[in-house]
Amino acid sequence: MATHLIVVEHQSGKLNKATLSAFAAAAKVGGDMHALVLGQGVGDIAKAVAPYAKKVHVGEHAGLKDRLAQPYAKCIADVAGSLGATHVWAAASSAGKDVLPRVAARLDAAMASDICAVIDEKTFKRPMWAGNVIGTVELATAKKVITVRPTEFSAPAAGAPGEIGAVSVDPGASKMSFVKFDAVVSDRPALADARVIVAAGRGVKGPEGIKGVLEPLADALGAAIGASRAVCDAGWAPNDWQIGQTGKVVAPELYFAVGLSGAIQHVAGMKGSKCIVAINKDPEAPIFQVADYGLVGDLFKVVPELTEAIKKAKG
Amino acid sequence: MKFLVTVKRVTDFEAKVKLKADKSGVETSGVNMIVNPFDEIAVEEALRQKDKTGGGEVVVVAIGTADSTAQIRSALAMGADRGILVKHDGALDSNGVARLLQKVVEKEKPDVVFMGKQAIDDDSAQEGQLLAEVLGWGQATFANSVTLEGGKATVIREADGGLETVACELPCIITADLRLNEPRYASLPGIMKAKKKPLDELTPDALGVKLESRVVVKGFEEPAQKKAGQKVADVAALVDKLKNEAKAI
Ligand SMILES: Cc1cc2nc3c(=O)[nH]c(=O)nc-3n(C[C@H](O)[C@H](O)[C@H](O)COP(=O)(O)OP(=O)(O)OC[C@H]3O[C@@H](n4cnc5c(N)ncnc54)[C@H](O)[C@@H]3O)c2cc1C
Repeated sequence: MATHLIVVEHQSGKLNKATLSAFAAAAKVGGDMHALVLGQGVGDIAKAVAPYAKKVHVGEHAGLKDRLAQPYAKCIADVAGSLGATHVWAAASSAGKDVLPRVAARLDAAMASDICAVIDEKTFKRPMWAGNVIGTVELATAKKVITVRPTEFSAPAAGAPGEIGAVSVDPGASKMSFVKFDAVVSDRPALADARVIVAAGRGVKGPEGIKGVLEPLADALGAAIGASRAVCDAGWAPNDWQIGQTGKVVAPELYFAVGLSGAIQHVAGMKGSKCIVAINKDPEAPIFQVADYGLVGDLFKVVPELTEAIKKAKG
Repeated sequence: MKFLVTVKRVTDFEAKVKLKADKSGVETSGVNMIVNPFDEIAVEEALRQKDKTGGGEVVVVAIGTADSTAQIRSALAMGADRGILVKHDGALDSNGVARLLQKVVEKEKPDVVFMGKQAIDDDSAQEGQLLAEVLGWGQATFANSVTLEGGKATVIREADGGLETVACELPCIITADLRLNEPRYASLPGIMKAKKKPLDELTPDALGVKLESRVVVKGFEEPAQKKAGQKVADVAALVDKLKNEAKAI
C-alpha cells in the first residue's frame, strides 16, 4: 500500500491552500496520508491540515525559519525516508518547484512535475509544450516525487483531524542563506484564490491604463488583477501578476482578458477558467478562439461602460 | 570566473505545436528549432557576468544528437568561448540529464552554472535543482537579478507573492527567469567567429554514466478543445450573457 507524504506550504503564518490540491491528488492513489510541516512556530499550520491526514509531522528548527531549497530538501527527504514514504507530493507553486526536485535527487526517485491527472500509483498526466500536449508518464522508481497543478484538483473534504506529532529534523550544512523577501502588498484577492480575474495585456498601454480602467472593473467584481508577460516585462505590473506557461496557472470562475492578444504562452495559464471574456480591438486576435464571450472594441471606451453596467447589474 | 551554461534544442515558441500522426511525439520535421528561450537568457547572463567580474570563460554544454550543434553555435555566436556536446540519441529524463551534467561540471569546475528555469518543450522545471542537489551546491532558481561578489552570488528570485533575495556560496547553480536580461542578437562577425570556436564531443560512456529510463513516457494526446465561443455586439449584450447565460456575475 502507498504511503504518502504531503509537503505543506505556508507563508507568513498562513497555509497556502494550493497544498490541498496535493492531498487531493494523493487521495486518488489511495493509501496512508502523512503531512509534513517544516518551519518555526508552525503549530497552527499543522492544525489546518490535520483534517486531511492520518498524521501530521511537525519539524521545527531554527535552520528552517526561512524556506531554502537545500535544507528543506534534506529534511523532507529524511522524513520521507524514515516513514518509508512511497510518494512525496507538493503543490506546483514556486516553492514546490524550487524544493521538490532536490528531494527527488536525494531519494533517488523519479519525478513528475505539475501533473494534471492521476492514472494509477505510478502513472500521471502532465501538460507539456505550454499545455498544447498532454503527456502520460510512468515513474519507474520505487519512490516517487510529484508536484500537482493546483487548478486541476479541488480541495478534498475535511475528515476527522489526524494526529499531530513532532518529528526531529536536521537541516544540515547549507550553502545558501536567506536575505529578504519583498512581498507584493495588495488588498485584492490572490490570483490563486480569486473567483474573478481581470487580466491586463499590452493594450492597456501603461500603468495608468491598469489603474484608471482595469482597477475600477476589478473593484466592481471583487476581482484579482493579473497580466500578460508583456505587461510585467514593461514594469507596468509586478512580476508576480504574470499568468501563463511560465507564470501562474489560474482557473477562476470568470476571467477577463483585456487588451491581451492570447499568445499560447498566456493561454496556457488561463484556459482552464470556467468563463472567459475577451475584450480586444482586433477581431482577429487569437484570444477570441478561447473566449466564451468576445467583445470587439477599444478597451478605453468599453471597459468603463462595462464597469458601470456590472455595478448596475449587481445592484 | 568560469561559467558553464546549458542549452537545450527545442521547437520554436512561435511554431504551432502538433502531434505526429502516430502520436508518438511532437512533430519536429519542418519545424524551426531554437535555443530554449530561458537558456538564451542564461547565456546572456554568463556573458555579462564574465565582463563584470573581469573576464574568464563561458562554456556552453548541450546534450543531444549532432543537431544540437546548431544551438551550441548560436550561443558561441552570442559570445560564449567554447562548446561541449554530450552525444545522445533518444529518450532522456531529467535524472539522466542531471547525471550527465554532474560529470561535465566535475570536469570543467565552473564557479557558476547558469541554466534556464524550464525548457519550453517538456515544461518540467527540474534540472537546475536536481543538478544542485547531486553536486551538493546551493541554488537560486527563477533569477531576476544576479550579483557575484565576495565569493557568493546574491540573487533576487521571482517567487509567489513577491521577490525573494538569497545568497549562495560559489560554486552554485542559478536558473534564469524571463526578466533577468534581454539576450543580445548575434552579430555577423560573431556568427563567423563561432564557426571556428572549439566544440568538443563527449559521450555518456566517456563520462562514465549509465543511462536508465526512470520517467517513461507512455503517450501523448491533445488537450480537450474548448467549445467555440461567441462574439457579442456590445456591453449590454455581454452583461446580459454573463448574468443570465453564464451566471457568472
Ligand atoms: C519563453 C516564453 C515564455 C513566455 N511566457 C509567457 C507567460 O507565461 N505569460 C504570457 O502572458 N506571455 C508569455 N510569453 C509571451 C507571449 O508570447 C506574448 O508575447 C505575450 O503574452 C503578449 O502579451 P500581450 O497579449 O499583452 O501583448 P500583445 O501580443 O502585444 O497584444 C496586445 C493586444 O492588445 C490589443 N489592443 C491594443 N490596444 C487596444 C485597445 N485600445 N483596446 C482593445 N485592445 C487593444 C491588440 O489588438 C493586441 O491583441 C512568453 C514568451 C516566451 C518566448
